[in-house]
Amino acid sequence: MMDAGRHPNIELLTLSEVMDLEGEAGRFTATVVKHPRYVDESRCTACGDCLAKCPYKAEDDFNLGLEKRKAIYVYFPQGVPSCATIDREACQYFKTGKCKVCEKVCNREAVNFEERDREIRLDVGAVIVATGFEPYPAGKVTQFGFGKYPNVLTSMQFERMSNATGPTGGKLVRPSDGRHVKRIAFLQCVGSRDARHKRFCSAVCCMHSTKEAMVAREHDHEVESFIFYTDMRAAGKGFQEYIERAVSDYGVKYVRARAGEVSQDEEKNPVIWFENIDEKRVEAMVVDMCVLATSLVPSAGTEGLANALGIELDEYGFFATDPFSPVESSRPGVFVCGYAEAPLDIPESVAQASGAAGKAAEIIFGAPNLVKSERSG
Amino acid sequence: MSAQEKKEDLRIGVFVCHCGSNIAGFVDVAAVAEYARSLPDVAFVDENMYSCADSGLKAIASGVEKEKLNRVVVAACTPVTHEPLFRGTCQGAGLNPYLFEFANIRDQCSWVHQKDKGSGTSKAKDLVRMAVARARMLRPLEKIGVDVTRSALVIGGGVSGMTAAVALARMGFDVKLVEKEERLGGMLRSLHKLYPDSRNSRDVLAAMEQEVQRYPNLEVLTRAEIATVDGFIGNYKISVSTPEGEKEFDAGAIIVATGASPLEPSGLFGYDGKRVITQLELESRMKKGEVKASNIVMIQCAGARIPERRYCSRICCTEAVKNARLLRQINPESAIYILHRGIQTYDTEFEDFYKNARGDLVYFIRYPDDLPPAVDEGKVTVRDATMGEDLELEADLVVLSTPLVPRSDSEVLARQLRVSQDANGFMLEAHVKLRPVDFATDGIFMAGCCHWPAHVGESVSQALAAASHASIPLTAGRVTVEPVVSVVDSNLCTGCGTCTDNCPYGAINKDEVSHKAIVTDVICKGCGICATNCPEGAITINHYRPDQIMAQVRAAFEETA
Repeated sequence: MMDAGRHPNIELLTLSEVMDLEGEAGRFTATVVKHPRYVDESRCTACGDCLAKCPYKAEDDFNLGLEKRKAIYVYFPQGVPSCATIDREACQYFKTGKCKVCEKVCNREAVNFEERDREIRLDVGAVIVATGFEPYPAGKVTQFGFGKYPNVLTSMQFERMSNATGPTGGKLVRPSDGRHVKRIAFLQCVGSRDARHKRFCSAVCCMHSTKEAMVAREHDHEVESFIFYTDMRAAGKGFQEYIERAVSDYGVKYVRARAGEVSQDEEKNPVIWFENIDEKRVEAMVVDMCVLATSLVPSAGTEGLANALGIELDEYGFFATDPFSPVESSRPGVFVCGYAEAPLDIPESVAQASGAAGKAAEIIFGAPNLVKSERSG
Repeated sequence: MSAQEKKEDLRIGVFVCHCGSNIAGFVDVAAVAEYARSLPDVAFVDENMYSCADSGLKAIASGVEKEKLNRVVVAACTPVTHEPLFRGTCQGAGLNPYLFEFANIRDQCSWVHQKDKGSGTSKAKDLVRMAVARARMLRPLEKIGVDVTRSALVIGGGVSGMTAAVALARMGFDVKLVEKEERLGGMLRSLHKLYPDSRNSRDVLAAMEQEVQRYPNLEVLTRAEIATVDGFIGNYKISVSTPEGEKEFDAGAIIVATGASPLEPSGLFGYDGKRVITQLELESRMKKGEVKASNIVMIQCAGARIPERRYCSRICCTEAVKNARLLRQINPESAIYILHRGIQTYDTEFEDFYKNARGDLVYFIRYPDDLPPAVDEGKVTVRDATMGEDLELEADLVVLSTPLVPRSDSEVLARQLRVSQDANGFMLEAHVKLRPVDFATDGIFMAGCCHWPAHVGESVSQALAAASHASIPLTAGRVTVEPVVSVVDSNLCTGCGTCTDNCPYGAINKDEVSHKAIVTDVICKGCGICATNCPEGAITINHYRPDQIMAQVRAAFEETA
């Protein structure tokens, strides 16, 4: 992020959306709308004075509802650009026309309530789409009680909770009573490989649940983790070895079962109902916390972006590519990479990103060796 | 320390940042600034509301120009984010950027001592004193640069190698594609049809070969093997043995795309190459239309995920599923079983492929990790782990899904290129997550199965990535690196070779005549392993010389005035 933010050839347009793409490879014109931040990025240093004084609060979406933040906020400490943002929905000034405390306390005169949507037209040779994924709403997979039982969390919430700068300062505690967690159940394929939700395998969850279980043990040596899985998908470099280490050094227990349901006992402990295949019977396991590895799906704006760019989606909602030309979209000059193209892990996403950059460079540099029909400029 | 440096009249400027209230709220900035004035050779001290803002940067530049400062210390935040900015400011004002020193009084003082302004302030003074002590010892350094030969060598002519070579040729660079076999194609040549859309591998290969032929600046050398590789990024000298004799050429960058080999399963599951064969042997039989069997049992993880080879080979489940479906199409009466330990069909299309195979009546039976199936005289016995039953399956053909293993000659190549392999013998990338196609050595990249088993599409992504990374120095025509590199004192070096053995980047070699260590500074990363291991203390790292570090350490233990 720092590299991207600092590179002299990269202009970052955050809070911005591509609305339209005209032209062809080598000479596109993109219409971009930059939404207001109400804070001047060139002046703000993210010092935090305004955050301290802002009297209004809102849900902290970065911490996935585990915490509140102020109506003026810094999305997360290392965010780029390092800059505060006003949440229009939560800001009292936008509701009543009164307050402006942030403006008063800012030494750098960075707050600007007059900012409006700004349309920008960009002349570019090529476009790379890297819009990634978002978690499938856990509440839609109703049998696991997410939203109903306080100690059932999603993997992303657990990630925030285990983070030292997260809402609990890295303490693994139960939302219901603040008690330290000692037994955790991780449920795999929540909405993935499921005809009622998403047919596909999200490809990264077996490994991230394994990592989370290991991190939990590092936080507290008494933590015991159980991972309920369908097939353990660990085909990446070093992944099998990682899982063996989770078992031998971190005491992680893998249970081959798709949990059928989660209920809750009177102490608000999640109860995992599953089929013990070895014993051939349905069992219930009481845990302190249940973590749902939800399916990971194309980000919310994917369909709109596909329309704006004039590129196709595949039947799963990801950007369509040919299996043997994995970074080329259906429109020449528009490239895709990362999870927006298909479920991928980090090294594969990085490889695709570099590949897409190379393909874009080919167009921008004029590709001296392209035959006439391919050359556009 | 040389006499000349002693003579230099030091004028150190110290700039202490408030960072709004981020530092000033918890550290007494005025007291820190006042303290800085008392330190030796400090000629100028200033406080900034934000050192990184325009006004702060202007104050630093004007200090250098008007106060004739020849060392600058900024006491603010972290070098990770702000050092390039302050160095650039110094340079802009005419001061060598390596005469800048940073004290991090935000992360290390105000942030961690928020409840105790006294100790936060006194630690800030300590850090400033240490920074000033080191600044006195700093020496100007110049960036190191070398010109780059604008051509590339691609080793291996399979899917990855062809894709990378074509990508670079399209960008206009001269490319040599070196293939050991008589023809291009690599493993693709042995495959029948490809998942997920049953495309004929012959067609895919033909299209790729045609593409390779299209570029006059892409030269293919078949039946060719790398003989020697010398040099470093931008300046490789390569010698290749071909049937026509040795060929020598230069290259600015190298891409390794040598692939992997299927494990020879001798001794496993009664492998005989006739009725017990590998998936790859099955593919070549299918290609020739020679599969007559109607009861076929496939065994996954044949030689993989076992104590002597712990890894999962990633591609064999999808390959087995594909071949099973094709066999059902050829002979709808055939009974096909896949015995597995969990099917690895990640992703969208692969998962559907697996699901559809079940619809096609391919039978999947999971066997326990510790109880592999047994093959005996046309029968396979297996424990169904889900049902807990032992099954006996008729099999007129048994197909073993064996893992890909590193090629037997990959060790030789790794030695020639002075790059590392991982514990399994695959090529080792610079960073497992963030740099999957780079070797730790600059100028050498990898793609495809030499790194790790990969599907065709994945190999293509990696090949495009490797070409993309290789094109960066080739396009620039010159590489410049930080001058923070190791320096050998040849008077002290005994030529013991400890440094050459330990250097992870192959940056140190022995001089052929004197046998003393010689550093190729454009390859050196300044990691310091050589300096710490040198038994003679003959190696120092620029910018982190012992006198610079010791001055800082001594200052750490002085009393705060």
